[in-house]
Amino acid sequence: MTTKPLLDVRDLRVTFQIRREGDLPWTPPRQLHAVGGVDFTLNPGETLGVVGESGCGKSTLARALIGLVPATGQAEWIDGRDLLALTPRQMMKYRADIQMVFQDPLASLNPRMTVGQIIAEPLTTHHPGLGRAEVKDRVKAMMQKVGLLPNQINRYPHEFSGGQCQRIGIARALIVEPKLIICDEPVSALDVSIQAQVINLLIRLQRELGLALVFIAHDLSVVKHISDRVMVLYLGKVMEIASSDDLYAAPQHPYTQALLSAVPVPDPDFDVAESVVPLAGDLPSPLAPPSGCVFRTRCPRAQPACAEQVPALMGEDHLTACHFPGPLTEEEITRARQTEAA
Amino acid sequence: MVIQQDKMQSLAARMAEDEVKGRSPWADARKRFLRNRAAMAGLVILILVALFALFGNRFAAWSNEDLDFNVMGQVATMGMPSVENGHYFGTDDLGRDLFARTVQGTQISLMVGIVGAAIAVIAGTLYGATAGYVGGRTDQLMMRAVDILMAIPYMFVLILLLVMFGRSIAMLFLGIGLISWLDMSRIVRGQTLSLKNREFIEAARATGVPAWRIILRHIVPNLLGVVAVYATLLVPLMILTESFISFLGLGVQEPLTSWGALISEGARTMSYGTLWQLAFPLFFFCITLFGFFFVGDGLRDALDPKDR
Repeated sequence: MTTKPLLDVRDLRVTFQIRREGDLPWTPPRQLHAVGGVDFTLNPGETLGVVGESGCGKSTLARALIGLVPATGQAEWIDGRDLLALTPRQMMKYRADIQMVFQDPLASLNPRMTVGQIIAEPLTTHHPGLGRAEVKDRVKAMMQKVGLLPNQINRYPHEFSGGQCQRIGIARALIVEPKLIICDEPVSALDVSIQAQVINLLIRLQRELGLALVFIAHDLSVVKHISDRVMVLYLGKVMEIASSDDLYAAPQHPYTQALLSAVPVPDPDFDVAESVVPLAGDLPSPLAPPSGCVFRTRCPRAQPACAEQVPALMGEDHLTACHFPGPLTEEEITRARQTEAA
Repeated sequence: MVIQQDKMQSLAARMAEDEVKGRSPWADARKRFLRNRAAMAGLVILILVALFALFGNRFAAWSNEDLDFNVMGQVATMGMPSVENGHYFGTDDLGRDLFARTVQGTQISLMVGIVGAAIAVIAGTLYGATAGYVGGRTDQLMMRAVDILMAIPYMFVLILLLVMFGRSIAMLFLGIGLISWLDMSRIVRGQTLSLKNREFIEAARATGVPAWRIILRHIVPNLLGVVAVYATLLVPLMILTESFISFLGLGVQEPLTSWGALISEGARTMSYGTLWQLAFPLFFFCITLFGFFFVGDGLRDALDPKDR
C-alpha cells in the first residue's frame, strides 16, 4: 500500500477509572481497559469492518475516534495531525470530516425536532453563514440522496419507520461531506430486509462520495458483505486484521476461527454441532485481564508460553496476534468440545 | 382502464412537491389533553377565574375602596349578599363591597402564583439543566448549594424578609421566587442526567454542537413536559404559601388584598353571623386549586402516555 492512509491509529487505549460504591476517597480507582492498544490503518475510500463479542470494546473504539471518550495513543489524520492530541477547539475542524451513524435509529434522533432540523444541525454548526433557504435546499437534496421523500422535511422522527430513521441518521452524517463515517452497529436494530436496504445504501453512497467507513457489527455475514478489510477484537485487543476475503477463507487466529464457525448457516439440514468450535467459559473481566495473550483462558491451543508474553500483531497484509497461528486441527476442535461439555 | 394515468401522475407529482406537515409530539399531547374530561373541566374553571379577575371590576357596582355607610355598623343584617344594593357578595366588616374585594384578591393571588411559578420554571430549569449536563464537580457544587438553601426553613426566612424589609408585594414576590426554584432545579437535573446519555445528545456532541446549544435545543425541549406538569402544580403551592403568609398578617397589606387576607378576615368575623365574608373568597380559592391540580394531572397524562 503506497497511498497515505486516511487514518493511522497506533496504540489507542481507552481506560476508565472505576470507583466502587463505598470506596474511600483516597483508594486508587480500578482501571478498566476498554480498549487496550489498538493499531490499524484506514485508507481513503476503504471500509474497515470491526467485529467481536459484546463488551470487547468495539463501540468504545468508535467513541474514542470521534472524541466522545478520552483516549491515549495516536490517531494520525491524513494531513499529519494527531486527532487525540487536539484541543476541543482544534478538533472542531475535523468533526466535520468524521461523522458517526448510531445503533438505535430512533434514539439517535431528537424526538422534538423535525427531520429537517435534525439533518441540518451539523450543517448549521459547521457553516453558520449559510442562509435558511440554502440550508433547506441542501437538506432536501440529501434526503433525496438517502432515499427519503424531500417533502417530509417537516415530519418528526416518530412518524418514520426504523429503516427510515436510520436513513435520516445517515443523511445527518453525510450533510457536511465527511471523509470518514463511523457506523456503530448501524443495522443491528433493524429487520433483515431493511438491513440489506440500509447496507446497500451505505455501499452506494460510499462509491459515489469516496467515503471511508469504519463499520462496527457483530453480524459477521454483514461485515463480510460490506468490508474491504476486517479487524477482529477480543477484550480490547486486536486479534487479527486481514482483507475480508482472506480472513473469511483462511483465518489464522484460533479466536477468529471459533467466531466464524458460529456464523449461522441458512440450511435446516446443516448440523451446527458438527461445525461450531465452542469456546469454554465467559469473556474474562476487563478489570483483570489474563496475563500474556488475553485469549489464552479460552483458547484450545493455549501453551504455557501464552501466559507469559503478549503476542505482537505480526504479518504483512494478514496480521495476527498469536504465538501459534494457523488453522485449528481436528484434535484441538475435539478438545474444545470436550472442555465445553465438561 | 379505470384509473386515468395522467391524472394519477399529476396527483403523485403534486403529493411529492407539497411539504407534508409533521405531527409534533406536542400536537399529540394536546390531543390527549383535550380528550381528558377532568383536565378540560379544570381548564374551563381556570379560564373563568381568570376572566373574573380581569373583567370582574366592570360588573361591580361599587369600587373596592368605597365604604357603604348604609350598612356600616349593621353588616350582619344589612350587608348580606343582595342584587338590589349592588353588593353581590355582600360587604366586609367595614362596609366595603366584597365582590370588588374578591376581584382584587383574585388578581393578586393569581399574580403571585404565576410569577412564583414562572421564576421557578426559568431559574430552576436553566440551573438544573446546566448542573446535570456539565456534571462532575460543577454539578456537585451547584447541587450542594441547592441542598444548603433547602435546609433553611423557608417560612422563617420569608417572615424575616417581610419583617426586615417591609411588607410589600415586591418583597413577597422576591421571597417566594427565592425558594420556589429549588425543587424544580432538582427535578430538572435528574431528568437531564437521564437525557444526557441518550444517543441524540451524543450525536450532537460528536458533530461539535456547543454545550449551550445542546442544553437549549436538545435538553430543554425534552424536559418541558415534566416542567410544565410541575409548574401547574407549583402555581397552587405558591398561592397557598402567599395565603398562609397573608393569613398570618405578614403578606399583602391594606388597601391591597389577596385570597389569604380575605379568608383571614372572614374567619375572624365568622362568629358574628357574616358567613359570606368567608364563603366567597374560600370558594374561589378552592375551585382555583382544584382547577390547577386537575390541569396538572391532565398534563402529566397527556405528556407522558407511557406512564399510565
